[in-house]
Amino acid sequence: MTAKEKSWKEISPAGVCWKSSTQFLTGDWKTYKPVRDLEKCTRCLLCVLFCPDGAIHWKPEKGDIEFDYNFCKGCGICANECPAKAIEMKLE
Amino acid sequence: MQTEAEWKFTAKDIAEKPDLFLSGHRACAGCGPATVLRLIMKAVRGPTIVTNATGCMEVVSSIYPYTSWAIPWLHTAFENAAANASGIEAALKILKKKGRSKHEHVDVIALAGDGGTYDIGIQALSGAVERGHDFLYVLYDNEAYMNTGIQRSGGTPLGASTTTSPAGTVIPGKLEHKKPIADIMVAHDMPYVATASPYYWRDLLVKVRKGLEVNGPAFLHVFAPCPRGWRSDPAKSIELSRLAVETCIFPLWEAVNGEYQLSTPSKVFALAPQKKKPVKEYLQVQGRFRHLFTPKFEKLTEEIQRVTDERWKRLLKKCGM
Repeated sequence: MTAKEKSWKEISPAGVCWKSSTQFLTGDWKTYKPVRDLEKCTRCLLCVLFCPDGAIHWKPEKGDIEFDYNFCKGCGICANECPAKAIEMKLE
Repeated sequence: MQTEAEWKFTAKDIAEKPDLFLSGHRACAGCGPATVLRLIMKAVRGPTIVTNATGCMEVVSSIYPYTSWAIPWLHTAFENAAANASGIEAALKILKKKGRSKHEHVDVIALAGDGGTYDIGIQALSGAVERGHDFLYVLYDNEAYMNTGIQRSGGTPLGASTTTSPAGTVIPGKLEHKKPIADIMVAHDMPYVATASPYYWRDLLVKVRKGLEVNGPAFLHVFAPCPRGWRSDPAKSIELSRLAVETCIFPLWEAVNGEYQLSTPSKVFALAPQKKKPVKEYLQVQGRFRHLFTPKFEKLTEEIQRVTDERWKRLLKKCGM
């Protein structure tokens, strides 16, 4: 995935748009990506709370978490803080 | 003021709340302040306006034409986050008085880093607090001017190597101790002052909510590890925020109307001092303190331990423990 940038021609004449940073996909920065072991995961949600990029989401309808690799920068905080050691950082 | 017992929440409640500090910001991998902001924004209780002084979090969240803020957000210069917040608060009061505001109450949060608080912004902050404006000032302390290239600030600890206090053959990094900014704010007779760390997220969220609910100015000093400036592993940012509390380098406390009280994570170490870790454990995982483990500057770690213990004892005394 490459970062989606806008040229000056594409910028809205109104200027900065509401919630617009989500258009900028920072996921191509990563060297390592988090991979979760579903059996070990206790859904404690610490990874969701500690992720600096908001790249892990809790989906109440599924009762599970989901990684959004479009925004994950591969820092490894989720793997380091996971109390069940259910997340492993793997080379992309 | 709402107490901790009154605002009960689980990790699920917080995870389900919408993000107000959004993905797609340009913070470094493992950025501590980004986690801090995401958590703080989960504690807001209603309509909120944020004003942000120049700093890492201002730069990474508002690169034109993007914004990472899902709430009204104002950029301000380095020195006047608190002045801006007091202006916003005064304007909101007038709008309400004239019946032109549809909201019963709007919370105002001023955000600034350690550079914008300890050094450049302290006069604006002191003035706004003296005037008694109702806002929450959040200091995310990453212990240097990380935004402009890791220059030392009043918040940089003794012995830390920065570009303006480089450790070498002459000096062992910064020569002065960290300024006790939260104590300075308590001396302003503020209704609410607290320190927080992102590892203890529950404590952090409760303190943000208390700061918003109090009538008058509130000050929150949040520890925010920076892997870029601290030369630490990005994965260890949150672990460092835990170690800082466990070594008592950054104790967690709150002062309500000038009355100090230790927060639960730090109370553990006050009641069981044997659990307290030596500061070396915190220092050795950071590249900015690497030189302190060479024979030339070894004695500085003892000095850091001595001052940490002294400040901890003084805090316990203030808390009546």
